[in-house]
Amino acid sequence: MKKLMTGNEAIARGAYEAGVLVACAYPGTPSTEILENVSTYDEIYSEWSTNEKVALEAAFGASVAGARAMASMKHVGLNVAADPFFTIAYEGVNGGLVVITADEPGMHSSQNEQDNRLYAPHAKVALIEPSDSQECKDYLKRAFEISEQFDTAVLFRVTTRVCHTKGVVELGEREEVGIREYIKNPKKYVMVPANAKEKHIEMERDRLPKLHEFSNTTDLNRIELNDSKIGVVTSGACYMNAKEALGDKASYLKIGFSYPLPDEKFKEFAKHVEKIYVIEENEPYMENYIKALGIDCIGKEEFPLCGEITPQIIRRIVLGESTPSTYKLDILPPNRPPALCAGCPHRGIFYEMSKYKNKINVTSDIGCYSLGASAPLYVGDTVICMGAGFSSGIGFDRVNKMAQRGKKVFGVLGDSTFFHSGMTGLVDAVYNKSDLVMVILDNRITAMTGHQENPGTGRNIKGEEAPMIDIVSIVKACGVKEENIKVINPYIMSQNKEAIKAALEAEGPFVIITKQPCALIKEVQKKRANLYSEVDDEKCTKCKTCFRIGCPAISMVDNKVIIDKVQCNGCTVCVQTCPYKAIKVHQERGGKNE
Amino acid sequence: MNKSLLLAGVGGQGIILVSKILSEGLMEEGFDVKMSEIHGMSQRGGSVTTQIKFGQKVYSPIINTGEADVLVAFEKIEALRYIENLKISGTLIVNEEEIFPLPVLAGLEEYPDGVIEELKNKVDHVISIDARKAALDVGEAKSSNIVMLGVTVKALGLENIDWEEKIKKYLPPKTHEKNILAFRKGLDTL
Repeated sequence: MKKLMTGNEAIARGAYEAGVLVACAYPGTPSTEILENVSTYDEIYSEWSTNEKVALEAAFGASVAGARAMASMKHVGLNVAADPFFTIAYEGVNGGLVVITADEPGMHSSQNEQDNRLYAPHAKVALIEPSDSQECKDYLKRAFEISEQFDTAVLFRVTTRVCHTKGVVELGEREEVGIREYIKNPKKYVMVPANAKEKHIEMERDRLPKLHEFSNTTDLNRIELNDSKIGVVTSGACYMNAKEALGDKASYLKIGFSYPLPDEKFKEFAKHVEKIYVIEENEPYMENYIKALGIDCIGKEEFPLCGEITPQIIRRIVLGESTPSTYKLDILPPNRPPALCAGCPHRGIFYEMSKYKNKINVTSDIGCYSLGASAPLYVGDTVICMGAGFSSGIGFDRVNKMAQRGKKVFGVLGDSTFFHSGMTGLVDAVYNKSDLVMVILDNRITAMTGHQENPGTGRNIKGEEAPMIDIVSIVKACGVKEENIKVINPYIMSQNKEAIKAALEAEGPFVIITKQPCALIKEVQKKRANLYSEVDDEKCTKCKTCFRIGCPAISMVDNKVIIDKVQCNGCTVCVQTCPYKAIKVHQERGGKNE
Repeated sequence: MNKSLLLAGVGGQGIILVSKILSEGLMEEGFDVKMSEIHGMSQRGGSVTTQIKFGQKVYSPIINTGEADVLVAFEKIEALRYIENLKISGTLIVNEEEIFPLPVLAGLEEYPDGVIEELKNKVDHVISIDARKAALDVGEAKSSNIVMLGVTVKALGLENIDWEEKIKKYLPPKTHEKNILAFRKGLDTL
């Protein structure tokens, strides 16, 4: 049967067909849909883990216990999971173990574009790169075979264009591989120095040469001979882009197994073609290797290192084609950056914080709240990575004191991020007597990536009821004084105001927890469907104070302030902000679709 | 010869859904299809695009400068933003709806006047429609994306595919009737 699938759906299907029994992940674009789709197969135990390190360790435990297991994450997630990743490389596997990294050349929804292929030679783990949805499914099955054949974890690297491109996939059947016997083996699985020394030598001496030989012989690395003038070495999405751009005008060495790299295949390919182009996004990973073999090739001298490499870029560089002409217009569009949604529970507290620009610094975090840093709120001095909202605030606060700036630091992060890596910052702040104000924006869901369950949601990945981990109890248990904890409803502006005021006056670590579910959660939308706010034109003086909250539902049309009924959910932040009491909340009865 | 379609609009307008329906229909018609969607942060009211290529054999869905046979803009300033991707003599389908982006709402930038006129003056083939109004005519403002689907199908000459069955497959049952009316409304525009 044929089906149109994204790369992520195809990876999930591959996991199903490969007989995978355990799959763990933390959501992150562009990887999220892998586990969402895996969770639809009842044969596989799947979980949203608290973070990527937990996901990989859980998957590794399942592998040692004898099952085929996988962990998936976005590229920066592998940084979080890097600690187990490097040591798992020594230990090898029992049931097959595949680590999926979804990289983001071009940074469509990420904070950097690190090239995670480099993790493979660093940790010395086999690396596989599919190019489209069909290969995502087929190669994942191969990855499990390779993992078990060579007793190694396998890094499976995809990029946004592979993850989020739909293509036709031929489906297969699930093969039940069962659970392998577990035999206690401390020399293999207990990495104390004495054992690790042995395993490191074993890996270098035995496993890597075997993988190297495999790389030179496997059909995952294949030569396609066409015209001999142009030779292209490429992998992943770039293979598809090169084929689209050059078709039969070039010969190809398509690399699907990219660590260890196949030196013999490169040498053979060089004999067939006059000129070699290495087409790869981000780092010159293959290019450096090929050049070190003494083979002439063109890589980053011509191709960009930053961003994606499109068919048009390839045609320009390889064929010398100029960019096609197109229409030029005299009107330029205004920018359309992503924004906090209408009714977003984060808006109220951000608006209140925006009033203290000269009194506070804000260390923000990865998630919807990073949008608080843009116009017109401008709340956020830093955004780095998951958890840094608290931890970087600790250092910022120390230096503000040293420099006697008289400014307090507010660290901001969400509920899922709190569980992921915010808790450790909280403990640090308490333990080291920081005066950091820690704001936990609890909207009951992992929102930015499209509503995944988390330990605070009360449901698991399959939507089944699960224990709801209570953030307030954790904060208390970590030693924050009762009077330094404020739990508020961020739709009520007086509560936002009072909480911030109390935080500014307090000594020692202070925690504000805002509790209000994401406005886009289906049940919330249903509940609030009949609520909306409306401007009384007679009272409105067009002072535009309501514009300062940055709500996309509020606009000025024909010199009148209007609120879009469809977007508005009656959060009433604008109602409370209007100095002339010109906005009222309404509840329509029966007139609107649910 | 492969055909390429670029769909552009605003997060929440239902562009990805339309792209899914289009791709499914094309696959069942026997075409090779690739569809790329860029989302993530763009769900939050940002600019969203999907790229579809279909034909005998498609490798990459990516559409660059001057490469799209058809540009479907679900909001009119998104037509301005992505016009450079349209091939000379390609077709622009534009929804006349206005959705103000935050910098405009915040008074930092202006929403331009005369967009449709400018497009019609400079671009060879322009099909412009008020999809929201057409959707309201069938009683459901949210169906404006399905109106756009109808226009796109007609512009591509792909009416022979059973799109109504696809609409039923992807949309909740209670919305079928209105969405099918919206689709027909789109077809009838041309």
